[in-house]
Amino acid sequence: MIERALKGSPKYWGWVFFLLAVISVGFMCYLYQLKNGLGITGMSRDISWGVYIAQFTYFVGVAAGAVMLVIPKYLHHYQKYAKIVVFGEFIAIAAVTMCLLFIIVDIGQPMRMLNVLLHPTPHSMLFYDMIVLNGYLAINIIVGYNTLLADKKGLPCPGWVKPFIYLSIPWAISIHTVTAFLYAGVPGRHLWLTAVMAPRFLASAFAAGPSLLIMLLLFVQKVSKFRVDPEAIQSVAKTVCYAMIVNVFLMFMEFFTAYYSHIPGHIAPLEYLFFGLHGHDSLVGFMRFSMLAGFVGIGILLVPALRRQNGWLIAGVASVFIATLIDKGVGLVIGGFIPNPFETITEYSATMPEIMIAISIWAVGALVLTILYKLALSVREEQQIA
Amino acid sequence: MYDTGKVITGLVIFVGIFTFAFWYTTGTAAPRPEPKLDTPEIQKMAKKQCIEDTQFMITTHMQLLNKLRDQALRDGNRWYVNSKGEKVWISLQNTCLKCHSNKKDFCDKCHNYAGVDPYCWDCHIDPNRSEL
Amino acid sequence: MSMDRREFLKAAGLSAVAGLGAKGAFDLFMPGDVDASEHEGHSEHGEGHGGVAEAGPKVRLAMAIDVLQLKDHSKVDKIRAACDNAHNIPHWDSKDDEIKWIWEDEYEHVFPDTHNEYLADEVRELPFLLMCNHCDDPPCARVCPVEATFKRPDGIVAQDYHRCIGCRFCMAACPYGSRSFNWFDPRIPLKAEGRKLNPRFPTRMRGVVEKCNFCVERLAEGKKPACVEACPDVMIFGNLADPNSNIRKVLRERVSLRRKLELGTKPSVFYLV
Repeated sequence: MIERALKGSPKYWGWVFFLLAVISVGFMCYLYQLKNGLGITGMSRDISWGVYIAQFTYFVGVAAGAVMLVIPKYLHHYQKYAKIVVFGEFIAIAAVTMCLLFIIVDIGQPMRMLNVLLHPTPHSMLFYDMIVLNGYLAINIIVGYNTLLADKKGLPCPGWVKPFIYLSIPWAISIHTVTAFLYAGVPGRHLWLTAVMAPRFLASAFAAGPSLLIMLLLFVQKVSKFRVDPEAIQSVAKTVCYAMIVNVFLMFMEFFTAYYSHIPGHIAPLEYLFFGLHGHDSLVGFMRFSMLAGFVGIGILLVPALRRQNGWLIAGVASVFIATLIDKGVGLVIGGFIPNPFETITEYSATMPEIMIAISIWAVGALVLTILYKLALSVREEQQIA
Repeated sequence: MYDTGKVITGLVIFVGIFTFAFWYTTGTAAPRPEPKLDTPEIQKMAKKQCIEDTQFMITTHMQLLNKLRDQALRDGNRWYVNSKGEKVWISLQNTCLKCHSNKKDFCDKCHNYAGVDPYCWDCHIDPNRSEL
Repeated sequence: MSMDRREFLKAAGLSAVAGLGAKGAFDLFMPGDVDASEHEGHSEHGEGHGGVAEAGPKVRLAMAIDVLQLKDHSKVDKIRAACDNAHNIPHWDSKDDEIKWIWEDEYEHVFPDTHNEYLADEVRELPFLLMCNHCDDPPCARVCPVEATFKRPDGIVAQDYHRCIGCRFCMAACPYGSRSFNWFDPRIPLKAEGRKLNPRFPTRMRGVVEKCNFCVERLAEGKKPACVEACPDVMIFGNLADPNSNIRKVLRERVSLRRKLELGTKPSVFYLV
């Protein structure tokens, strides 16, 4: 089946080579970082995690989002999702790949990475994150590949794959719960020390992952003969909308607790992110834009008349995707470090090589996704002709 | 068979490149390294003997160093009791390099020959040179 | 006032008698060398609460810092220099890249949770010395995925530079900002300064986290921590588990503060005011 990725139009190959070019530039930047150290990034003694870990966190969510199709399809036999669930699983594969790469580029001694396996440490949340992320990658490869292969042969999904499908549901929830635990379990970082961290992570994940899926499904219909049932897309859009409403609701819980209790430690990071603290406000524009985009997205997706028009639908899900990307993929991590343990403020801004490395990891994700979608589309096109 | 000529030419080129390292260095073998043991500290010793016998140290010093490092740093036990029952204070800079005060002519000799670059020296310093 | 050698002998000797059996005389200078199993046997009783017969580990090393003595600012510089030299700590120009084991800050930043705008001027202006708190329940060791940072039976929170993968989870978890990451090769500034290095201690490498180690390498040799040696009247080091130790005596007599107690980390660094 893999060989189908090697047959494509000039546009397909142009896109693949463009991604490879971006990846090679990012790889050069990574070699530069490897040679000189993580000091080439914008991170510092005070802001010790930056865009790499923030993006890692975001894409764990995107990966977990696939479960929003798996549950209706396999637990409720919602057959409208039968043809598209594999596209969700393939997003998960690409997103987890990105997560693992973001971790690799973030650690100071990557050649010692396997120490995590050599010295397993069950009291560290990172240990569990390693297990659940790699497990989720494996499960999605097994399920995605085998269900697609069965479709290609016109056979039902083999019985031995079923347990993996059911396993993938709690597993998807576990990856983002454990990732939330990385933050929610450390003392002294007020923005992170909250019990709603994991629920909020899941809500934003179930908004972000499916919104990316909708954008991709609308796109692949333009470049292939594959057609998706519009009702299926509408259902996914409703999922995005509800999940985003829950996400915003939980964010307001954070605001209420901080601002009504008047506890300075709880207020400070929110103040920094949304209003600026002691004259430091480099993220305020982004965070307010994120908030606005979130509301715009919800507004569009909530109104059936708008949601049913592809142009509005794209605007809606794109708003949600960007809103969650800024909120979780930037603000959450940086805001946790501000103010620092001495209640002083060090700001963070990513450097060019750092941004290039992050972009090239996006490109790796896009490449993995392109190849997997190529396989899926070729099978779906054959099915449609038959 | 199609393209026999091309296939065979390709194979020859492949084998040639693949074995390049072997035939390129034939006849130019580097001389066997002779790590020097003539430091003042060793000269003073009645019996010139490392913490374990020489053959063991040559073949196994890396594993031993790893083990002793963990014992000293992680278990907090800085005494090594060797196979003869003697006690040795565990410290790369303060014990090993006290006798082997000639890192260049001792450690580096074999490491360079074997083409290994142990990361010990990324942190540990040669105590006989107080500057980097 | 600092812990003298006799006290050291007592602290370590106690554990030697209790569980270690026959070991060389040198062992007595190694308070770190408390047998792990012996420690575990006691740890379930919780920590000591004063009185003569205390449960808990036989050794819990701690530092009391007499902040009032630091009005003489030259002592701050002396202590910092002693630590920097003992551990080959580089000096970076940029605040972002700094490596700090022991450094000064003012009350407002050291105790931000008990910020008091009507604080006595005297205290407000004192230079507080910050260092790793060697917490009894260290969050850094809890989160480390490879046990590169771990708590020794004597209470020292140690850092194994050989094993650290540089994930910096410990830096996110430490509520005291005590940890520094080697963003670049620490030998670059050491070389540039032309620093005379301490030949008895290594440098670090790029990509690992470091912090104060309570001079575990000096304790092992029966020496006092470098900061204690530099200013014994300021830095009082000793065994918190021994009710008769100098540090316990001074803690009984003077008012002491500890940082962020509400987090439950149980810091082992005390500020005498």
